[in-house]
Amino acid sequence: MSNFFTGLLQLRRGPWEMVATILIGLGVFMLMQPFVLWGFTYSFITTLIGTVMFIVVSHFKE
Amino acid sequence: MSDTPVDRAATATPPRVARKIKGLSDRAIAWIFVGPTIFLLLAINIFPLIWTIKLSFTNFKANRIGREVKNIGFRNYERILTDSDIWLNMQATAHFLFWTIFFQVLIGFTLAYLINKKFKGNDLWTTIIVLPMMLSPAVVGNFWKFLYQPQIGLFNYVVAFFTGKDPSSFEMLGSVQLAPWSIVIVDTWMWTPFVMLICLAGLRSIPDYIYEAAEVDRASKLRQFFTITIPMVLPFLMLAVLFRGIENFKMFDLVVQLTGGGPGSTTELTSINLKREAFEKWRTGYASAYAIILFVTVFGLASIYVKALNKVKER
Repeated sequence: MSNFFTGLLQLRRGPWEMVATILIGLGVFMLMQPFVLWGFTYSFITTLIGTVMFIVVSHFKE
Repeated sequence: MSDTPVDRAATATPPRVARKIKGLSDRAIAWIFVGPTIFLLLAINIFPLIWTIKLSFTNFKANRIGREVKNIGFRNYERILTDSDIWLNMQATAHFLFWTIFFQVLIGFTLAYLINKKFKGNDLWTTIIVLPMMLSPAVVGNFWKFLYQPQIGLFNYVVAFFTGKDPSSFEMLGSVQLAPWSIVIVDTWMWTPFVMLICLAGLRSIPDYIYEAAEVDRASKLRQFFTITIPMVLPFLMLAVLFRGIENFKMFDLVVQLTGGGPGSTTELTSINLKREAFEKWRTGYASAYAIILFVTVFGLASIYVKALNKVKER
């Protein structure tokens, strides 16, 4: 776990890609879930942040 | 002097052109070759994308060209993302996406596993199984409409035969509960062969000596299946899921032909809803925002999926 946070602080690709992946997954789940409307409302911004982050962090060092 | 096609092409090149080409660097020649492709990509993909993003912030209507186009900021996005009807369409799409992929992978892999066993007439069976995916979705939609007819449809009679129910007691396309499943069944019928073919390619790529080594180590058939077959077919399976996922996210023709999005809007997938907004209600700006939301979703999903696929391949 501490490796993960160290990786985040040192701007390493692995942990940041993990964060971006979680955001995209969460956004897609929020978009299609049948439980709460506010989840659907904020799904797009979550997916968009995750996707842009994924594109940016995939250029970070390993 | 040799007479290869390259030499003949060099001789045929007019001296003026030849002199010009000789003066170009390798880099410039490379740009000349990729230039047309890049131009087409920009003209056909990138420009429309940027234009759609621009339109998504306006109230533009494509059927009223002379009308003043106002910039309305994020209003279109706000309206889409607070609309409970679109939320229901997303849920219908999620249902369709999840169950079609689940059944296609399950049945496709099973069929591939069985076809991979050598038996008499195996090639003939492969050809017969792949027939549905060669048909046009419009044709498939039309004839499944007849198969689902409660009075004369074969599907209802087959279900009635196994369940003992009256064939005309249920209507696949007219029932709110059954209609979402009816489109799942048809898409599964049509596209399972595609998944099967990809899995079959994966199964045939596993060298026999791996199984022979496992036999020598006295590994059971079940263990061989879980430690050799599944891991080695996994990249192929993931590729099939990626292709089917993207295709089904934008599914349109088959469902329009079968149910037209009904009854009510139970089978109105996002692509059908998007088409209605864009070309029936002519709310182009609104439809552009809708398209961008779908694009970002598919793009995000595809990015993480490709990353996962690469990781599996590296193993």
